[in-house]
Amino acid sequence: MIKRQFYHLGEYVLWLRKVFSRPEKFKMYYKETIRQIDEIGFGSLKIVFIISVFIGAVTAVQLSYQFGDSLIPVYYIGYALREMEIVELAPTITSLVLAGKIGSSIAAEIGGMRQKEIIDAMEIMGVNTQAYLVLPKIVAAMFSIPMLIILAAALSIFSGFLAAVTFGDFIPSDFIKGLTSFYDSYTVIIMIIKSFFFSFIIVTVSAYHGYFVKGGSIELGKSGTKAVVYSDIFILVFDYLIAQLMMG
Amino acid sequence: MIVAKNIHKSFGDKEVLKGIDFVFEKSKTNLIIGRSGAGKTVLLKALVGLIAPTKGEVWYDDINFYNLTIKEVRKLRNKVGMLFQGNALFDSMSIEANVKFPLDMFTDMSEKEKLKQVNSVLDRVELEGVNNKYPSEISGGMQKRVGIARAIVMEPEYLFCDEPNSGLDPKTALIIDDLIKDITDEKEMTTIINTHDMNSVMEIGENILLLDQGKVVWTGDKDKIIKSNNKFIDDFIFASPFLKNMKNKAFGLKNK
Repeated sequence: MIKRQFYHLGEYVLWLRKVFSRPEKFKMYYKETIRQIDEIGFGSLKIVFIISVFIGAVTAVQLSYQFGDSLIPVYYIGYALREMEIVELAPTITSLVLAGKIGSSIAAEIGGMRQKEIIDAMEIMGVNTQAYLVLPKIVAAMFSIPMLIILAAALSIFSGFLAAVTFGDFIPSDFIKGLTSFYDSYTVIIMIIKSFFFSFIIVTVSAYHGYFVKGGSIELGKSGTKAVVYSDIFILVFDYLIAQLMMG
Repeated sequence: MIVAKNIHKSFGDKEVLKGIDFVFEKSKTNLIIGRSGAGKTVLLKALVGLIAPTKGEVWYDDINFYNLTIKEVRKLRNKVGMLFQGNALFDSMSIEANVKFPLDMFTDMSEKEKLKQVNSVLDRVELEGVNNKYPSEISGGMQKRVGIARAIVMEPEYLFCDEPNSGLDPKTALIIDDLIKDITDEKEMTTIINTHDMNSVMEIGENILLLDQGKVVWTGDKDKIIKSNNKFIDDFIFASPFLKNMKNKAFGLKNK
């Protein structure tokens, strides 16, 4: 079991080296990258909007409940919500959800191409399939996902504000005071660094599982599941490592 | 010309190819035939470099394929076209984009020149008015033609066809066979076809290799097949009692 995991880790690293080879034709890679930005970035807007709104609102409600009858100043709710969203919830929860949406789609797309011999056909033409199929997705994800995460953080803070002032006993100025207190731009840097790591993980782990799929439709389904599960595990491991390195 | 020298291939303990030696000649339709599981597809994939043999050499004219670097392999592959059993067309691209893909990727031709080349090969495979259609909108026979068009759009020197007639009715299969044969003659390509379609064998088999359990058991051309007394040929080509009777009657032999 452990031996197999190490085998996959080694194969993943060797495969990544081929992904970062020099493109045959920049124009083709550029076109593919634009298509992927549309798919990964714009295609994920709706889900990111929905989860951010609800996560922000739920966090605000729970913080209000926890802090409500304590001696902690009320405006601290706004401050705590901002910190939680920026440092942890927006990058991590959004990435976990995107691993499900984008990761399974990438694994299915590349795995389907493997099964229909399209990857073999491209290899015969002389295409570096690892690079052509994966590199544009990495670039597109590392461009789009950080923006989605910034958007998610902003939306969740705003929805938290709405939930707190609409249904809680807060006046907007208290909440805004909390939101603007003790601001440290370092937390935003952490969020952006996390988002780059998570984007890379989602695309490469999922593409790896699709690229090496063997067998029929059941295996293709399993590769999608593995893509999501392993992406999620790596996201959480790197979430901890980044937190430890940058905040520990 | 492509030469296979002592090709062995094993998957775990199972040896699928057991020392294949054969010369696939230029300007001829070279056929690899044999029963299911004989090792035809593995041999074809070993020749084209999709499966590395356990032992042996593959020569493309004077180039030893398995001694090439990845870059050199990719360069050589610009001279190779392949038609896949399932066509391997990009579902999300139009027919025109499918055929144009290798030109987009590997040439510096202008858009106008590329379209001219695409239309020329689509005309050659007798497909007109399908440029903007998608693979799912055309028939299986037409998809094969698109596959052939894409395989020859870079004007390759070597053409590989994996079961080109699978899933086609006999009439359409015959048309595809003739098309491959004509293109081979016109472009003087080395064409290698992996098939178990008897019509193909008798129609376009100019240089045939019969495989059985990973070994070469017979070589020759379509004319030699009829007269052959080889047991494997009898078992494979004249497998049905009907064909066996036909052969025996034609040559005045007694039915066994």
